[in-house]
Amino acid sequence: MKFILHVWRQAGPKAQGAFSVYEATGISGDMSFLEMMDVVNESLIEHGEQPVAFDHDCREGICGACGMMINGIAHGPMRATATCQLFMRHFEDGDTIYVEPWRARAFPVIKDLVVDRSAFDRVIAAGGYITAATGGARDANNILVAKTDADDAMDAAACIGCGACVAACPNGSASLFAGAKVTHLGVLPQGQAERRQRVLRMIAQMDEEGFGGCTWHGECHEACPKAISLDVISRMNADYLRALWAMRDEKQEQGAG
Amino acid sequence: MSTALDARIPGGPIAEKWNRHKFEMKLVNPANKRKHTVLVVGSGLAGASAAASLAELGYQVKCFCFQDSPRRAHSIAAQGGINAAKNYQNDGDSIYRLFYDTVKGGDFRSREANVFRLAETSLNIIDQCVAQGVPFAREYGGLLANRSFGGAQVSRTFYARGQTGQQLLLGAYQALERQVGLGRLRMYPRTEMLDLVVIDGRARGIVVRDLVTGAVASHAADVVVLATGGYGNVFYLSTNAKGSNCTAIWRAYKRGAGFANPCYTQIHPTCIPQSGDHQSKLTLMSESLRNDGRVWVPKKKGDARPPNQIPEAERDYYLERKYPSFGNLSPRDIASRAAKEVCDEGRGVGPGGRGVYLDFADAIKRLGVETIRERYGNLFEMYERITAENPYTVPMRIYPAVHYTMGGLWVDYNLMSTVPGLHVAGEANFSDHGANRLGASALMQGLADGYFVIPYTVGDYIGSAKLERADESHPAFRDAERGVAERTARLLAIDGTRTVDSFHRELGKVMWDYCGMARNEKGLTYALGRIPEIRAEFWTNVDVPGSADELNQALEKAGRVADFLELGELICRDALERRESCGAHFREEYQTPDGEALRDDEHFAHVAVWQYRGEDRTPERLQEPLEFENVHLSQRSYK
Repeated sequence: MKFILHVWRQAGPKAQGAFSVYEATGISGDMSFLEMMDVVNESLIEHGEQPVAFDHDCREGICGACGMMINGIAHGPMRATATCQLFMRHFEDGDTIYVEPWRARAFPVIKDLVVDRSAFDRVIAAGGYITAATGGARDANNILVAKTDADDAMDAAACIGCGACVAACPNGSASLFAGAKVTHLGVLPQGQAERRQRVLRMIAQMDEEGFGGCTWHGECHEACPKAISLDVISRMNADYLRALWAMRDEKQEQGAG
Repeated sequence: MSTALDARIPGGPIAEKWNRHKFEMKLVNPANKRKHTVLVVGSGLAGASAAASLAELGYQVKCFCFQDSPRRAHSIAAQGGINAAKNYQNDGDSIYRLFYDTVKGGDFRSREANVFRLAETSLNIIDQCVAQGVPFAREYGGLLANRSFGGAQVSRTFYARGQTGQQLLLGAYQALERQVGLGRLRMYPRTEMLDLVVIDGRARGIVVRDLVTGAVASHAADVVVLATGGYGNVFYLSTNAKGSNCTAIWRAYKRGAGFANPCYTQIHPTCIPQSGDHQSKLTLMSESLRNDGRVWVPKKKGDARPPNQIPEAERDYYLERKYPSFGNLSPRDIASRAAKEVCDEGRGVGPGGRGVYLDFADAIKRLGVETIRERYGNLFEMYERITAENPYTVPMRIYPAVHYTMGGLWVDYNLMSTVPGLHVAGEANFSDHGANRLGASALMQGLADGYFVIPYTVGDYIGSAKLERADESHPAFRDAERGVAERTARLLAIDGTRTVDSFHRELGKVMWDYCGMARNEKGLTYALGRIPEIRAEFWTNVDVPGSADELNQALEKAGRVADFLELGELICRDALERRESCGAHFREEYQTPDGEALRDDEHFAHVAVWQYRGEDRTPERLQEPLEFENVHLSQRSYK
């Protein structure tokens, strides 16, 4: 197969970017999108040009490193599929394909298709955990978790942190990402002690990083390679309100403002 | 002549060694811990858990990873599960049995004391992970669920759907990020270690390259912990992530750390077969699938009929036939070799005849589609996405692929290498799996090392060594930085005609053909001649575009492949010198009449440890003799 690629090239964070047009030839339907990009890069190097920089690692759809806007859609046209798991058999021979980096205020471009997603790490560092210092944990079966709760936690915990939700959102919101973590930890008995402060801190950090608010477009869910449900955002919002309310009570009791 | 290495195994009965050792180890007073810096390179299960635990204890910790976030380390891709001797199923499991299974599974080429400790700490790992909120699979009553895995006859594997590695890593990552948030740990993502700095015979720091700006910098410390994973990518095609590399451990080797058993490379039996030359990596299908899937090929050679038209009587369920007591759950090395054998006979299926069926039809009939979907849904989806075939209706096609490396830097009982102050954890060390790793044991080892061994033994080292303060102004750091910069400049200046990938592919093919599932003297000798030729061409004809002071992925790859081109030779040398078959190391010259691995305990019941002696000299082969006081050496049988 053969494709015409319009690829976003940008030399550095401050440089002006533009589309370059490349022809990808000799592509088989069994190649992943990234393997097609490998072919393009090999030929660019052979022609004395700089290859296109893009993040990737496991190529199994689990590490969350890869991600491209493909024809304006985060991770391309297949639902619940990361870029590395998108195979060229889903395109028509001769298609023109536009390839761009994630575009969001909180994810500045580093080079070509590579963006800085460290804001996600800082959101987790702010509260996306259960405090359990190593050692001294009680026997695992002393904590009963209803199967349905464990399943709900796992559904949310499946998030791979790729950032497609942010890239797809017209507001550049990270609500699906943060909501997934709030839900994962919040439905488990182990996560109750820090439930309030977790949601407050994570949301404060999201604001600080420049992510937008959620206005229920639902694009994040459509783009999510793990099809994380919008329910996690509802849950985060409910937890947030509850936490704010509880804080108000506590302040009144302490008589402090 | 060979020198024996001392593993510093504590005395006493095996079940008491670790407890006694914990008591005997030196402690560092809490107020003093913050005066000591520990560098952790790698942020997978071993690295993240070690970094988080050490920071909790109060050490100054810096953690480095080449990925853009510590959460992406390749532990994330582990699917099936993690073993622990909890005996929650009341099916006869115990610490001793897990210990025994692991020593036997490793074909009696691992160190008993380490394996026992691993089995012991497996209990704490599950407790720790549950406390962190790892969403393990549960029964309806709320208790933890288990499944069985290859090489074991008990159900001791804990799992989180087919994403166990992801969930365990996220647990460790969250613990790590918590320490980052508290200001006790500094994380350096997109940073690659390019040299180890040794001062007065002790590891005192590392030199790194910032992969975004290209800046080369030094970090001094009291202890360096390498947790940088395995080197399976020396084969080019493997189930490893594209970035997985040997550079950190190879740099350490060249600075004096012994490299143990490099030839022990695990070929995993259940991977999706290669579809063409464009292939950039291979994808594993979890071994857990063998709980319910049945492996078979047609009895007839070259049988081109679709699988559903081949009647039961004309199918050969070869694992069930050859190994009736373990059947489809035979250990990885055995299942892989058996697959190769039937394909070599011309009975393989799929394009090129390099594949066997993994069939779920019986399991679906017995349990229903829903149960199978619940157990393996995400794996089936992944399979269908890659192959465009539906495994609910058509049997999967699988073939062995390089997956894990049991070899790695040699470490003593304290997980310290032959360079004092350099500790090595997880897949990067050689310690616990002998010549073959059992399924669901890599996650166990990574977390045992990181949560429960390193925090103690690093303290013992700091407490007993009288360390002078070292800082980055020491000339050894300048020298190392200069070396790194010069090597980078050299790679960029070659300006040849071939891409890095083309060399990597060529090396991988030599490794796979001559040092893969079956090895022999002739092939290994050929590879030992061929690899230096490829390496010589690489250093005169590779084309690395771009410059040193920018994000340059071709340059990163070039540095890693240059190291693989050296390591590949060492792997072949080790495979040639080990004149026996054991576990994953199968030398065709040494086999039983029915084709099983034939060990030579008289001459090879030892760890081979390679010591670097300089650019143009053959490395020295040292030995650590292995003594088996608890598990009797016997021919491994799964029949």
